[in-house]
Amino acid sequence: MSDSTREDSQRYPGVRRTVVRTVAALVGMFAFAFALVPLYDVFCEVTGINGKTRGSAQALIHEEVDESRMVTVQFITRSGSGLPWNLDVETRQVRVHPGQSAEVNFAFHNRSDSGSWGRAVPSVSPSSAAPHLRKMTCFCFEEQHLTAGERLELPLVFQVARDLPSDVNTLTLVYTLYPVTRDKAPLQARATAGKGDEA
Amino acid sequence: MRTLLVWMAGSLGLALGVPLAMANGWNMPVGVTDVSREIHSLHMTIFWICVIIGVVVFGVMFYSLFRFRRSKGAKSAHFHENTTVEVIWTAVPLLILVGMAVPATATLKKMYDASDAELDVMIIGQQWRWRYEYLGEDVAFTSNLGTPRDQIRGAEARGEHYLLEVDEPLVLPINRKVRFLMTSDDVIHSWWVPELAVKQDTIPGFVNENWVRINEPGIYRGQCAELCGMDHGFMPVVVHAMEEEDFDAWLAERKEAAEQEAMGVDREWELAELMERGEGVYGSICASCHQAEGQGSPPAFPALAGNQRLIDDLEWHLDTVINGVSGTAMPAFRSTLNPVEIAAVVTWTRNAWGNDTGEAVQPADVAERLAQ
Amino acid sequence: MAPKLPPHHPVEQSTASAAGGQASAHHAPPRGLLRWLLTTNHKEIGSLYLIFSLIMFFIGGIFALVVRAELFQPGLQLVNPEFFNQMTTMHGLIMVFAAVMPAFTGLANWMIPLQIGAPDMALPRLNNFSFWLLPVAFLLLLSTLLMPGGGPNFGWTFYAPLSTTYAPPSTTFFILSLHIAGISSILGAINIVATILNMRAPGMRMMDMPLFVWTWLITAFLLIAVMPVLAGVITMMLMDINFGTSFFNAAGGGDPVLFQHLFWFFGHPEVYIMILPAFGIVSAIIPTFARKRLFGYASMVYATASIAILSFLVWAHHMFVVGLPLVAELFFMYTTMLIAVPTGVKVFNWITTLFRGSITFEPPMLFALAFVVLFTIGGFSGLMLAIAPADFQYHDTYFVVAHFHYVLVPGAVFAIMAGVYYWLPKWTGHYPNVKLAQWHFWLSVIGVNLTFFPMHFSGLAGMPRRIPDYALQFADFNLVSSLGAFMFGASQLVFVAVVILCVRGGEKAPAKAWEGAEDLEWSVPSPAPLHTFETPPTFQRHEH
Repeated sequence: MSDSTREDSQRYPGVRRTVVRTVAALVGMFAFAFALVPLYDVFCEVTGINGKTRGSAQALIHEEVDESRMVTVQFITRSGSGLPWNLDVETRQVRVHPGQSAEVNFAFHNRSDSGSWGRAVPSVSPSSAAPHLRKMTCFCFEEQHLTAGERLELPLVFQVARDLPSDVNTLTLVYTLYPVTRDKAPLQARATAGKGDEA
Repeated sequence: MRTLLVWMAGSLGLALGVPLAMANGWNMPVGVTDVSREIHSLHMTIFWICVIIGVVVFGVMFYSLFRFRRSKGAKSAHFHENTTVEVIWTAVPLLILVGMAVPATATLKKMYDASDAELDVMIIGQQWRWRYEYLGEDVAFTSNLGTPRDQIRGAEARGEHYLLEVDEPLVLPINRKVRFLMTSDDVIHSWWVPELAVKQDTIPGFVNENWVRINEPGIYRGQCAELCGMDHGFMPVVVHAMEEEDFDAWLAERKEAAEQEAMGVDREWELAELMERGEGVYGSICASCHQAEGQGSPPAFPALAGNQRLIDDLEWHLDTVINGVSGTAMPAFRSTLNPVEIAAVVTWTRNAWGNDTGEAVQPADVAERLAQ
Repeated sequence: MAPKLPPHHPVEQSTASAAGGQASAHHAPPRGLLRWLLTTNHKEIGSLYLIFSLIMFFIGGIFALVVRAELFQPGLQLVNPEFFNQMTTMHGLIMVFAAVMPAFTGLANWMIPLQIGAPDMALPRLNNFSFWLLPVAFLLLLSTLLMPGGGPNFGWTFYAPLSTTYAPPSTTFFILSLHIAGISSILGAINIVATILNMRAPGMRMMDMPLFVWTWLITAFLLIAVMPVLAGVITMMLMDINFGTSFFNAAGGGDPVLFQHLFWFFGHPEVYIMILPAFGIVSAIIPTFARKRLFGYASMVYATASIAILSFLVWAHHMFVVGLPLVAELFFMYTTMLIAVPTGVKVFNWITTLFRGSITFEPPMLFALAFVVLFTIGGFSGLMLAIAPADFQYHDTYFVVAHFHYVLVPGAVFAIMAGVYYWLPKWTGHYPNVKLAQWHFWLSVIGVNLTFFPMHFSGLAGMPRRIPDYALQFADFNLVSSLGAFMFGASQLVFVAVVILCVRGGEKAPAKAWEGAEDLEWSVPSPAPLHTFETPPTFQRHEH
């Protein structure tokens, strides 16, 4: 520190302590900003903000099927830019009872003459229903690789939990296809890594 | 003091309230849905609360400024604390706020209840147009700015609905609950129609929900509300609300037209025919970035006129249009445009502005590529 | 209203501290440019901040006038939409980070040591460093306008992915400049906290500090809490753009809405960073010219602290239409409405201070009174915006533009100008020219209202913000707004004239330049000598 500072800090002994504390607070807040990212992910998984679903498989809960209630689950597939794939779903919607599990097949098709990596990013609407949509098996947990012209059929096995809020009777599950640039994959691992470990 | 207060109240009320309450085009529209009416009444309630508080607060302030001027011989008092009044002016606003929060909460709950919809429409924001997909009906189209670029530049007189007109409006039935599922293909947009009181961000990779039940047929206009890049100001929303039977007829007609278009894929198209169709598609879809003369706007939007790669490499050209370029503003058009439109616009760009390749791309080839 | 200067009673100037300050011999400072480059004196650094902020106010103002000129009538006349977006973005960034914030820091540098009886800031060399980071940061930011692809064009809120995947190549430099500006603010804040907590005159308790000091202390804590979060967000952007991470990119599993949560977690406290010191200035000026002690000093302090704490709990009211769950909407609606309570307390306190005072209308008082009225109008529109269902109609329209310009221009900027008029006699030893100051005031008040009042109407009628061209029904509102903007812009030249004239001469001011002024800064001579309070003064508490 400078002369004049030293001079002042002798005269005002509290200055050094204040500086140390504020700098500690600063470092803490900077770290906190980054900590907010995983915290937000956890928060989203618990509350379903933004309709994020769990990024990893969940166990089937064995609960009594609520025969008195029917829930419509709609499926929508979309393709983002830069990936010459099609994603189709065998059925537009299924009707299930809460507690019951169901399986739906999705067909991937690489229309180009070279192999590529892609990822189907899920989103659920209404978002309040997201934590109650439990996926036992989903292609969305990992990135997919399709060789030239390859067709691949993959299942989604899910269950709508009985604690689904009573005002929700239609759930829409949207999958959007995005390309994955593999040489960047290690750096892109945040989402994957973060979602790998179960909360 | 009483006359002064009355005068203040009167003039402030007149100055602010009357134009807001009376004049059309100065205030929030009442709108044509139950929700929009509720929002409007919330807006007016909170507005009048503000006006009343304002009249009282500014009344006391200006009274003090006139009455306690030193030039009039005012001597200052010495009080500087009074717990009673301080408690009162903390508690009273709190009560007013609680009174305001109750109806606001009720309306908000209603807005969030999108269940039991009779029609689902997917709204997709794209730079810089809207795409509408009637889920389960096989009807989908994009809606582009309808105002000619000449009007924007001022070369032509501006029409009544300048910048609020589109080539194809979203058609909805009245009296039916319509659920909107909203997402985006690139950046965040926001779909807004004031008279429907629907404003919702469309976010890439995520779906949002909103809903509307329109009470009156009519044409309702709005715009993109979230800054989404260059042509943010040029992506209007137009909703055409029809009587239910008119809507059903319209939907049936659109389905038939889609089938007709699909059949057009199988026949052989003439170059001139493709060029004519392609020019239209180019004008409504491509020109906003690549410009009317294909000169583009580098570096973000490359030029197409005289673009050597485009001229030499048909494969690459088709692939770019169909699949887009990841991480740029160039979207994938494979689900936005049909094979005829893709063939036509590729043919047009390969032959316009001195690109003169003479090549005509057949819709059937594009269709095969899409299906492969 | 015919404001008159108060009669000047030459006040005793020879407090021990002031005399001590003048007499003490210091090693000769370097001369010329180097003197300003190396200065560690809080008064000189304060002046540097204020001059820098004034220059930036004009640059940001010119950008605003480009925007207003384009919006003068429908159609695209002067600029293309890409450049228009760069202008709106740069206007916001410059005004927030380079004009308003440094102006408050400048006032803090000048006045906090004088108001608490300290000889200088706690960390003088750091002070120099934090100032000189600013010109570097903003030259870098302005230079992005000349880079290929242009400067930042995604709004001052730079929402991802428009600011990441779809951003111009210059965005990396934008991030760098924001980092530098952020470091400057942080260092400034540390310095202010250290000064206020440790260097008060003997006998001055926290609850004896002038409100400008109090509000700045709270502001500095806010800065320390949220500037690192901003740094975190832009670092994540930088990584998304250059290192292939996917914090905000849906394609890689990220979430664009996360950006908005992080940004507004910084952004909302930032909004209060720009208004709390203004409260402090107004709380100094109104009692001075009402010749009556500030009503409810303690409640002012508590209200400021409550506003600061609440500011961490309201961020998502900027995001009512991004599709938050119902519970979140309700929570943020309630917390936001709650802010009206402490803000109301402040306004009531100012007005009660006027009540039964002995009021005169000198230039600082004019601006402070305009602040109270116009800031309150901005507060009202803020209360309307808090009503979440109604916000679905207001959000991202000119109604919002009207709202935040009312709290920032006749709010923060008028308070800064009030502060400048108030303390100019202390800085220069001369009173500012009253006639010119009155011209400046009235032209500014009329200009500001012509510019921003019609925006309420155009917003309610359906005009979105950040558009370069608009539908014909908005034409009249925009015409008036543009005329008002040019009037307001031109009237600021009068302000520059007043300041320059005041530095060069004018009616001499005594130590206690305003007869009703009470705080410690009025016990040192006018102009304040370079070194003051070398020996701490003895603080005399108000007795009542």
